[in-house]
Amino acid sequence: MPESHRHVTVAFGFLEPRPSATLAVMERTDSELIAAVLAGDPSSFEPIIAKYQSRVFATARRYARREDEIQDIVQEVFIKAYQKLPSFRGEAPFEHWLMRLALRTCYDFLRAHQRNREMNFSDITPEESDWLEKFRQEPSSAREDAAAARLLIQRLLDQLSPENRLVIVLLEIEDRSVKEIARITGWSIPLVKVRAFRARAQMRKLLEKLASEKYV
Amino acid sequence: MQVNELQQKLIAAARAQAPGGHIPYAFEKRIMARIAALPAPDAWALWSSALWRSAAACIALTLIVAALALALPHRQHDAANEGDHTLALTIDTTVEPPNELQ
Repeated sequence: MPESHRHVTVAFGFLEPRPSATLAVMERTDSELIAAVLAGDPSSFEPIIAKYQSRVFATARRYARREDEIQDIVQEVFIKAYQKLPSFRGEAPFEHWLMRLALRTCYDFLRAHQRNREMNFSDITPEESDWLEKFRQEPSSAREDAAAARLLIQRLLDQLSPENRLVIVLLEIEDRSVKEIARITGWSIPLVKVRAFRARAQMRKLLEKLASEKYV
Repeated sequence: MQVNELQQKLIAAARAQAPGGHIPYAFEKRIMARIAALPAPDAWALWSSALWRSAAACIALTLIVAALALALPHRQHDAANEGDHTLALTIDTTVEPPNELQ
């Protein structure tokens, strides 16, 4: 490498080999990082955040729409995780523990920001209206991957109660089992089943209202 | 309109569009800064909160015991009377001489 290029590389810090310490941090397992944090090294928490933040962001985006709200949720999840780390017993993988915490934070967010707006047809955009019209005329012609369908389901989810929304997302959208939902939420299996039934009923009721407002 | 079919279609739409996991630049640094700014746990504060919790538990227990004591005074009174009565009977039988001796 010519000397001039080497100066440029060094100045900008790229193409330089990573320091061995950084590599060592990257190679450390979750258990090692957690042990280090608990032993009084908060900086060991940073690789944990870097590793899982993408998944936590994806989860938060299921329950919140605005980017600032999503970032607040993710931030809260990791701060709670840091504060509750001494209670992590290591019986299950750290990821499961963290995702459970993330889900509970999302649920708390939904409860705190419960929107009591009644859905009415005037809120619906022309694209959504067109999609519905297309569905009414020929259900198979209304594409599932259309942006209007995505907006419509988001709008419907926003109208559901926090419990119902959580159940619909986990059971219907993420296709998780009742047992798994019970484990994640801490609800009993019969309670999950009852809430799933109520959630589907609430969603159907909202769709019936939508249909009646538009076509009756 | 077929509501059930519409419901299935919309759920399928949500499944088809899994939310992305894209992250704002240096987000982990931001969280680490927040963590660094968190107040350090104060041992005295923890001790004080534990004491307050214990005090609350003690007060609750005291109230329960007091409520029970107020709710069951009659029964206790009866038991005391019964005790007195038994004692009196015992004294009567021991003090009174047997009939044969009179």
